Amino acid sequence: MNALGNRWVRGALVVAVIVVALGLPIVGTPYLIDVGTLVLVYIMLGLGLNVVVGYAGLLDLGYAAFFAIGAYTTGILMDDAHLAFWWTLPVAACFTALSGVVIGTPTLRLRSDYLAIVTLGFGEIVRIAATNLTFTGGPEGLYGIAHPTIGGFVLRSPQALYFLGLAFVLVVLAGSYNLARSRLGRAWLAIREDEAAAQAAGIYPVHSKLMAYVLGAVFAGAAGSFFAVKLTAINPSSFTFIQSVTILMVIILGGMGSLPGVILAAAVIVVLPEVLRAFDQVRMFAFGIGLIILMLVRPQGLWPSRIGQIERRAVAVSEASAAAGVAADAAATTE
Amino acid sequence: MNLLEVRNLVTAYGSIEALHGISLDVADGEIVALLGANGAGKTTALRTISGLLRPRSGEVWFAGARIDRRPAHDIVRLGLTHVPEGRWIFSLMTVDENLRLGAYAEPRVPQAALDRVFTLFPRLRERRAQVAGTLSGGEQQMLAIARALMTRPRLLLLDEPSMGLAPVLVRLIIQTIAEINRDGTTVLIVEQNASAALRLARRAYVLENGRVALEGPSADLAKNERVRQAYLGVGAPLRAQG
Ligand SMILES: Nc1ncnc2c1ncn2[C@@H]1O[C@H](COP(=O)(O)OP(=O)(O)O)[C@@H](O)[C@H]1O
Ligand SMILES: [Mg+2]
Repeated sequence: MNALGNRWVRGALVVAVIVVALGLPIVGTPYLIDVGTLVLVYIMLGLGLNVVVGYAGLLDLGYAAFFAIGAYTTGILMDDAHLAFWWTLPVAACFTALSGVVIGTPTLRLRSDYLAIVTLGFGEIVRIAATNLTFTGGPEGLYGIAHPTIGGFVLRSPQALYFLGLAFVLVVLAGSYNLARSRLGRAWLAIREDEAAAQAAGIYPVHSKLMAYVLGAVFAGAAGSFFAVKLTAINPSSFTFIQSVTILMVIILGGMGSLPGVILAAAVIVVLPEVLRAFDQVRMFAFGIGLIILMLVRPQGLWPSRIGQIERRAVAVSEASAAAGVAADAAATTE
Repeated sequence: MNLLEVRNLVTAYGSIEALHGISLDVADGEIVALLGANGAGKTTALRTISGLLRPRSGEVWFAGARIDRRPAHDIVRLGLTHVPEGRWIFSLMTVDENLRLGAYAEPRVPQAALDRVFTLFPRLRERRAQVAGTLSGGEQQMLAIARALMTRPRLLLLDEPSMGLAPVLVRLIIQTIAEINRDGTTVLIVEQNASAALRLARRAYVLENGRVALEGPSADLAKNERVRQAYLGVGAPLRAQG
């Protein structure tokens, strides 16, 4: 009965999300469309980090670094080399993948807490480098980044950029969905459950983890490229440690490993502070309280993944199932 | 040449040595049992052979290749698969996903291997879509063996496959292992249930405190007074067949 109620709620939510996502650019004000576009950016970032944290179980505390590398790659190539937006995407993918390999290769062999420390440091290094180098524009960053074009049509209006973001999100969403069900996705799940048993099945954990780390980096790079042309100006203040934590919050709030969870949580993380603008003085304080209340009410996340649900239930019913197992074996003896 | 040759294997956990130089052979097509009391080093031996542990010294040769410095995921690809003790399966995945994972080393899931596994364990076919953690203990052990078979191993290492199972299921598992062996897979099995293991295996090794204390044909060991007292219980009826 509870499950049925849940299914209705979920179905209604999916319909609501699709209606809002398509209706917003048609009926929304430019301000609302901009808020919606920011939600799309956080969905991309959340989906990317979800590959690293939710699928592969690695803690990354400097994820904004890859977001920055994507944004600066696109910004610099368009500003200085006058490259078209679309040509900057593969370059950004290469740069983010390369930095993922450079950071991941030495650290993924170590215990996971080292990865958290190294990624934290990497996030700060990238931000500080962007602040101090001249070709990144220093603290002021880059501005006047050109608008992307599609066959001579310039994507300038909030609506056009919103739809570009939506297209990015759909690609990343499809990629995430398929990854979870791929051979690699099963390997990640196996490693999370029991690394030795995974190895005994022929999985090389370091390699699988590196793949997750690099794929996550590329997703963030794509989000960064889009972010750069959406805002037409970027500076280091968008790529702080707090940004990394905010993205991490999206997947924790949504429910680890859950794609619908990321979408809902990205909306909450972006929209809640906007709603609270009326209470300017206490806005971020109220935001924090709101998130804490949400986590207390739904510790499993807004929309937990199948695996996450099983994990929680497994703890609750381990004793009951042990008894059931004995009963089932007893039944087998009478077969 | 034997399929598996272990020479003077020494394995330690930190400064504590668990294996003090064991040697054993498994010929192609055999079932060999590894017996011994709790803590004798049986699990350590299997984990070292399959690459999950690094030996301090000694050699492991499999199908003519030296494997004691190779990582576990490589050794699987050579055709040596280990069904570890205790936590056997990925409990959060379905039966089907577990089996697919077993074939991880191959680019495509081999249909022939899947068919063979379902012939051996019809109950797994019925429960394909079920989450493995909700299977009974006996079904979980079947799944663990089935997943290992998905790698199409030449040599299967089994660590206490009958642990914690009802007697009827122990018999079923043992029968299935014999069937797997008849199909051409060589087996090295660790068992607490010594009488069952001696009936199943052609030859056996007895480990005591990290050393090989006894070895020989199962029939001889089953008659050995020391084995009977320590592992079969004094005065246990002799049921070993030559
Ligand atoms: N992870 C470990 N760390 C330290 N000592 C261990 C570990 N695993 C096993 N041992 C020790 O190694 C010896 C052999 O253990 P094991 O191989 O598990 O024996 P068996 O499988 O025959 O019961 C025992 O003395 C045990 O206490
Ligand atoms: Mg053991």
